[in-house]
Amino acid sequence: MASAPDPAGPRPAAWAAYRAVLGSRVRARASYRIPFITDSLGAGLVGIVEFVETFLVFSATGAIGGFDVHAILLVFALAEIGFCLGDLAFGHLDSLPEYLRAGTLDIFYLRPQPLLAQLVTSDISLRRLARAAVGVVILGVALWTNAIMWTIPRAAMLVLALVCSPLIYAALFVCAAGVQFFTVNAPEMPNAFTYGGRYAAVTPASVWPGPLRIFFGFVAPVAFTGYLPALVILDLPGVGVLAQPLAWGLPLAVVSVWGIALLLWRTGVRHYQGGGG
Amino acid sequence: MRSTLAVYLRLVRVGLRTQSAYPLAAVAGVAANAMFGLIKASILLAAVASAGGALRGYDAATMAAYVWVSQALIGLVQPWGGSQIAASTRSGQVAVELVRPLDVQGAHIADDVGRGLFGIVPRTLPTLAVGALTTGLFLPHALAPYVLGVGSALLAVVLSSACRYALGVLGFWVVDARGLQTLYMVVGSFLAGLFVPLPLMPHWLQALAAATPFPSLLMAPVDVISGRVTGPAAYAVLAHQGLWLIAAWALGAVLTRAGARRLEIQGG
Repeated sequence: MASAPDPAGPRPAAWAAYRAVLGSRVRARASYRIPFITDSLGAGLVGIVEFVETFLVFSATGAIGGFDVHAILLVFALAEIGFCLGDLAFGHLDSLPEYLRAGTLDIFYLRPQPLLAQLVTSDISLRRLARAAVGVVILGVALWTNAIMWTIPRAAMLVLALVCSPLIYAALFVCAAGVQFFTVNAPEMPNAFTYGGRYAAVTPASVWPGPLRIFFGFVAPVAFTGYLPALVILDLPGVGVLAQPLAWGLPLAVVSVWGIALLLWRTGVRHYQGGGG
Repeated sequence: MRSTLAVYLRLVRVGLRTQSAYPLAAVAGVAANAMFGLIKASILLAAVASAGGALRGYDAATMAAYVWVSQALIGLVQPWGGSQIAASTRSGQVAVELVRPLDVQGAHIADDVGRGLFGIVPRTLPTLAVGALTTGLFLPHALAPYVLGVGSALLAVVLSSACRYALGVLGFWVVDARGLQTLYMVVGSFLAGLFVPLPLMPHWLQALAAATPFPSLLMAPVDVISGRVTGPAAYAVLAHQGLWLIAAWALGAVLTRAGARRLEIQGG
């Protein structure tokens, strides 16, 4: 495995194994060219339709919850890019129930790597890049059409959001997978965390009722993936507890959601009794 | 003739019982429908409020009715585009189904309708209850919307099965029809008015949607049940749904016949 010299210098052997596995997944995906292209087009279409859904509601009214059509573009783009990148790397944890039902999860236990790391590297959904590309285009339009007074903190917030949002969605996929150990045949339950979180994140948090603000602000903190960074970049005050200064708590939100994710995952794995093989 | 009908009714019951084997799936379905419903309600009710209380014919109570009736119908209508015929074409199982003394299309649709109908008690009613308890929603005070609404919802359930069958049977030509299924799911649910009610769309988009069966899957029963469309107009909506059902069923039948001649099962 370590036959080729690494140009970047020596690295721990454990990482080399993951790099080799992920490299093979990428090559496998790219080798079926036509399905890859049609899947990418499909994923791009999902991004476009979801954008149109948000856009239609705002263009029918003008401004909702203190956000006009231009401002919501920024919220949408940040949350969408974060979701797509989280989904790219962790989204296939969705297929955990198939392993659970078929009893094939036990095979993973035979290999000398952590279960979660193996499942994460079991696939890579490159087609999500097409959807992320839609998000990047919308981000470009949003940065162009909003009159943003650029300062160093605002630029820093943009970078911080682009780095941290994918981590938050990745953690939500891990949360959902942990719950799957209990629900087994109920794929819609985790969707409420992951896809539901994304759906919430592309709307301004100012429209959410109180309990949703607490849930999406502090438990499954998707407010940190679009709304709160947009408050800083556009210099808007925010609403209630979800006010502009809270946005700088983004790294803490990442730490807390990953804490919840790993706890749920651990509980799930402990609950798992094996496939009975 | 009567015995044939009995066979299909039994298949509907089989579908119902298949789905009832997973009660937790229904609970999970309600949780997801309710979560999405709450978010959908927040944004759309905020939109109505910011438009001054009336938006394209919706006020807060009727918009809430749109949100929760549409969420409640998801479990029944299953607008996502998956179908058993697609799975059994991929696996080759369809070869066995073709030699049975039963119409493949009728059998598949009957089973699928049964699976959908199971959702009424554990999915549709609890989702409506969540809506009534959280945002509240407008419910008509007359009997007619409910009677017609049940008819419209039933038509939507069967139409959805017929559409998804026609989509799945394309698998006779392309071995893996998942790309088509994604297209159906994304474009179909959008034009059905799942996330944005059709009246909020620009006119050209509404016209485009009206040229497809998708509004008949969701927007039509939602309009009838929530009392947005009443009287003769409601009957017209049901008739429109009926015509799409005939068209989708005929398309499925033609595709099945043409496809069966062409079908090649791989493996021995």
